[in-house]
Amino acid sequence: MQRNSDQPIRITDVCLRDGSHVVAHQYTVEQVQAVACALDAAGVHYIEVSHGDGLGGSTIQYGRSLVNEMELIEAAVASCQQAKVAVLLIPGIGTVRELKQAHDLGAGLVRVATHVTEADVSAQHIQIARELGMEVCGFLMMGHTAPVEKLVEQARLMQSFGAEAVYLTDSAGALLPHEVRERIHAMRQALDIEVGFHAHNNLSLAVANTIVAIEEGATRIDGSIRCLGAGAGNTQTEVLLAVLERLGLHVGIDLYKMMDAAEEIVGPILPVPQEIRKGSLVLGYAGVYSSFLLHAERAGKRFGIDPRDILMEVGRRKAVGGQEDIIIDVAAELAQLRKVRI
Amino acid sequence: MNKIKAAIIGSGNIGTDLMYKLERCEHIEVAALIGIDPESDGLKRARDRGYPVFSNGIQALIDQPELAEIVFDATSAKSHVRHAKVLSEMGKFAIDLTPAARGPFVSPAVNLDELLDQETSNLNLITCGGQATIPIVYAINRVADVSYAEIVATISSKSAGPGTRANIDEFTVTTKRGLKLIGGADEGKALIILNPAEPPIMMRDTIYCEVKQMDEAAITQSIHAMLEQIRAYVPGYRLKQEPLFEANRVTVFIEVEGAGDYFPPYAGNLDIMTAAAARVGERIACHLLDGRGVNLAAQ
Repeated sequence: MQRNSDQPIRITDVCLRDGSHVVAHQYTVEQVQAVACALDAAGVHYIEVSHGDGLGGSTIQYGRSLVNEMELIEAAVASCQQAKVAVLLIPGIGTVRELKQAHDLGAGLVRVATHVTEADVSAQHIQIARELGMEVCGFLMMGHTAPVEKLVEQARLMQSFGAEAVYLTDSAGALLPHEVRERIHAMRQALDIEVGFHAHNNLSLAVANTIVAIEEGATRIDGSIRCLGAGAGNTQTEVLLAVLERLGLHVGIDLYKMMDAAEEIVGPILPVPQEIRKGSLVLGYAGVYSSFLLHAERAGKRFGIDPRDILMEVGRRKAVGGQEDIIIDVAAELAQLRKVRI
Repeated sequence: MNKIKAAIIGSGNIGTDLMYKLERCEHIEVAALIGIDPESDGLKRARDRGYPVFSNGIQALIDQPELAEIVFDATSAKSHVRHAKVLSEMGKFAIDLTPAARGPFVSPAVNLDELLDQETSNLNLITCGGQATIPIVYAINRVADVSYAEIVATISSKSAGPGTRANIDEFTVTTKRGLKLIGGADEGKALIILNPAEPPIMMRDTIYCEVKQMDEAAITQSIHAMLEQIRAYVPGYRLKQEPLFEANRVTVFIEVEGAGDYFPPYAGNLDIMTAAAARVGERIACHLLDGRGVNLAAQ
């Protein structure tokens, strides 16, 4: 395939971080060991392990972890022969303290994530990660909400702080292929560092969007095996690999081993199949942060409101990633309104 | 009426907004606004309002110690560490709006009177999120014993200054300490989220508490009593809806609308800091005028 970069493609599987949302942050050490071993054996380059909302995310707001993420990180590191263990850090949720802890346990890469317009809060964490000798990427979330110029400006900021790559993160799974093309193209032109892409499959576009991103020169690519990520999941890693091979691009990961891991190891972890249902479809349609889905479904049940109405209202209020508290607030308000009408 | 002279160091957003708040204090006279940039908007405004202005920083106070008895520091944590020492040697009362935390934490609705009875000459205002949430945690804790308090402060991007942005960990770490020390929670956690929506969103705070002795009526009553106390100095502080209860958990949603002095009303996060500082200053001024005095030699 024609692509606008001669750097090798490096894949990060995020199922042990983004997938944490799907299992309501109930991963066990055994599950993490089994998944990490299988991904490592297949040749995946990076395996991300953290609470779904990144280091320090175990809270009432986002859901508490069954097992402390540090134990999970340690287990993953011990399970890997060649893969690097990555962690996610969202400033405002996690702090440098947790980052240092994760680094001490062997995490080699950190992705420092901010809302697409707020890159300057990541300076401290990016710089400290570099000082620790970690590999560091910037992660600009909700990439669909900002104009291209803003995205580029913020990516350049992260580059200036010391990031070695910056990701366009389609947290809501709302971007359409031409929008991905335009954004990655602009980032490639403006940055001296690598560009990455992280997708959600809420509009069934994750693989297609990822191919577009790769064509435009993105080289850091996220996927989740068996689509084990928030909302309808991410770019399904094993599917992406098959497509890339058909396009003549071999990234050094064993497709058969990934298929087996997807079926035998990850399959049993899935609470329900990762298909696009009305909830996740609304995420992509309304442009809402993917991890809001299960919170909206729970709030819908508690207050007797259609989760779609909650998500649409949350979208109208322009909530950003991390604002899970607005879901309960909106649900309770909608319930109150309904009572008044009756 | 007798007034106590007060100076503000720092002519940025916080210092300038505070100037307007102090104008409304009965027992405080704004004696100076001290900055480092003579061209700053804050100093210009102070000049326009007829206040003495200085652009040589703390040196202005060293040169003229009689300028003020109470000094509000709205600079940065790093500067306050230096200022705290100078002010303490000069026998001034320092009210610290930076995250330096040289003196004890103060939340006017919770522990101000208690602190005034102690010998201290430097009080720290914690964080904006702390000012907005710690009194509620305290109100729940006093009737229900809080084992864990978690707060989420969501503020508009426009109201987050470069200081907050450069060291966001300071916010979460300091607020967490305040939840435990002043709020009374056994454990705490603080989250901060910046939202760039236009028009800018009002500051919102969500407070989750897990309690050991659930008593819905007592908790609701205690929260409402606390609300009245806070509204005495932040009129735009309100519940978004009645507290929610589920098993051992209480959830409280707060919205903070600012007074619109120097900041637009959406910046409730900044307003609650300056309003709290003005409240602390006013109480100290009363205390000094009362003749009881605070022991400035201590610390």
